[in-house]
Amino acid sequence: MAARDEILAALRRNAPSGPPHPGYAGVAAAFPDLLAQFALSVAAVGGTLVRVPDLAAADAALRALPIHAQARRVASLVPGVGAVTVDATAVTDPHALADLDLVVLRAALAVAENGACWIEGPGLPHHALVVIPEHVAVVVDAAAVVPDLQAAYAALDLPGRPRWGLFLAGPSKTADIEQSLVIGAHGARSATVFLVG
Amino acid sequence: MSPPTVAAGAHPGGQQAGPFPGHPVAAARFTADVDRAHWHDQALWFVRVKRDRAAAQLPAWERLRELAEGLKAHALANLAGYLEAFEKNATAHGAVVHWARDAQEHNRIVHELLAARGVTRLVKSKSMLTEECGLNPYLEARGVEVVDTDLGERIVQFRHEPPSHIVLPAIHIKKEEIGELFHQELGTEKGASDPKYLTEAARGHLREKFLAAQAGLTGVNFAVADTGAVVVCTNEGNADMGTALPPLHIACMGLEKIVPRAEDLGVFLRLLARSATGQAVTTYTTHFLGPKPGGELHVVLVDNGRSALLARDPFRRALACIRCGACMNTCPVFRRSGGYSYGTTVPGPIGSVLGPTQGPGAHASLPFASTLCGSCADVCPVRIDLHHQLLAWRRVLVEGGYAPTGKTLALRLTAWVFASPWRFALAGRLMRAALRLLPAGLMRRLAGAWGRQRDLPAPPPESFRDLYRRTNGRP
Repeated sequence: MAARDEILAALRRNAPSGPPHPGYAGVAAAFPDLLAQFALSVAAVGGTLVRVPDLAAADAALRALPIHAQARRVASLVPGVGAVTVDATAVTDPHALADLDLVVLRAALAVAENGACWIEGPGLPHHALVVIPEHVAVVVDAAAVVPDLQAAYAALDLPGRPRWGLFLAGPSKTADIEQSLVIGAHGARSATVFLVG
Repeated sequence: MSPPTVAAGAHPGGQQAGPFPGHPVAAARFTADVDRAHWHDQALWFVRVKRDRAAAQLPAWERLRELAEGLKAHALANLAGYLEAFEKNATAHGAVVHWARDAQEHNRIVHELLAARGVTRLVKSKSMLTEECGLNPYLEARGVEVVDTDLGERIVQFRHEPPSHIVLPAIHIKKEEIGELFHQELGTEKGASDPKYLTEAARGHLREKFLAAQAGLTGVNFAVADTGAVVVCTNEGNADMGTALPPLHIACMGLEKIVPRAEDLGVFLRLLARSATGQAVTTYTTHFLGPKPGGELHVVLVDNGRSALLARDPFRRALACIRCGACMNTCPVFRRSGGYSYGTTVPGPIGSVLGPTQGPGAHASLPFASTLCGSCADVCPVRIDLHHQLLAWRRVLVEGGYAPTGKTLALRLTAWVFASPWRFALAGRLMRAALRLLPAGLMRRLAGAWGRQRDLPAPPPESFRDLYRRTNGRP
């Protein structure tokens, strides 16, 4: 506790005067076609976007893709999408998820400006499900696409409903060797977004 | 008690052993290999161009920078209160918050957490703070295997080097060298240098380390006061992989990483990846709130000179840095002299402001490693006036007697000459005569570093004063 009190006292003693919180006026993005922008952004972050009218169509489209056809171990958090072979909710130790081929995730919200999809902790049995599979598919409602991160945080209301969560934008990637972009660093080698409705 | 050090702990300066010789000598070592220096320059300029393209895509870019600057100024003025709010909210969600006055205390806290749980295998994602604190050698000396899991960091860890850049740790290494390194360390094919092949080999190697780890340690990009979350950004997913599997997650952060509200993240995240690599956003932006079921989350808040720096105008503004690295990518000196020429954990323009805060005369050569062109301040997403700060440091260092004797004498002589019109006129006359009469080779040597690669200009036939007197000021 001594360290804590000493540090806080020093910070109070040394605090400069500062402006009030500036708010967020004047930074909102506006796109003539929100969903078209989202599609562009998903492609820019290395993802693939598939537009479908409903979940049944998402399921059919997913099953037609090689990431599903070639997958042996599939987990899905979206009922009706994907041929599930692993019940992720029944797994207690996330290490058991190590050889997953495909996971279908549900995003509560997505961002047109950067292609990121918000995956929430509640409803996600293991954090590992986002990074450990070879491939991820994300299902998000077209109505849940917002223009930018400012709008995203306003809609998420994290102070009102604090929760674990992450923005996922495309597949895992690195450019640490001579700035050459390589897809599939530690996490998923591909990210397919199913935009529903 | 915390020594006056901040965010730029000394390191041995790459492969070179011995005390750090100062920027000019260390830079000369790097630039001696002309091809490599040119290649390094081009690689970083490529990142700078990507950053420009990404910034231009947002019409509100400049407004976002203004807000980010304002948010940081606001947060720094109210750090104590926001840290207390963060602690309260993080604790309410099951995290344990620790406070460390200095690097030593930080290292001890982390080691005690590991030792109490019998952890001997730790995976780490990028944290410049733990570099600053020297955590890896501290833990390794106590029997903990520490694996840096960011690909670039793993590469420099294999080479027993610190990162040469805060975002691109291995930017100074060529793919053929990495191929040879991985051949030695991971058994990849001899002579293979394809980045995709090498990355795949590292993926397999690190996947084993992730699965075997007993704890994961991460840095923190932002800590949110009004929710108690810590936010970590990666492209590779190594912070997620490293924390999702083992039960223990330790997150280490400097005090200045606090943002007041979750909504503030909208401003900072729109700027961060665009400034760093020209991406719209990192692949994974994870908001950790409390431990996973049955696990533990410990957050270590580290001062290490930050509270002292807060009192120091104008240098306190360096605490606003969000560690994007844009000032390094754009700096004509950094691009040509490399990260190791700074001898600090954080190099480049921001490192040249932070380095001298470590104590009187510390890293005194760094504020002079700049042309003061101001490009760093132009790209800084939080609008730190970096070149003004570098100039301010020069004044402090020269007045404190920390500038090299030659430089001090030259400046004193210049001031003496410039202070008198007739001395100034005489000096001009002598210089013009010398340029005309003495051999060019000798004059270049007299011109110091400037003359090493440049011819001196041909002298004008007369001075401006002579011209003015002759024509009576008429054209």
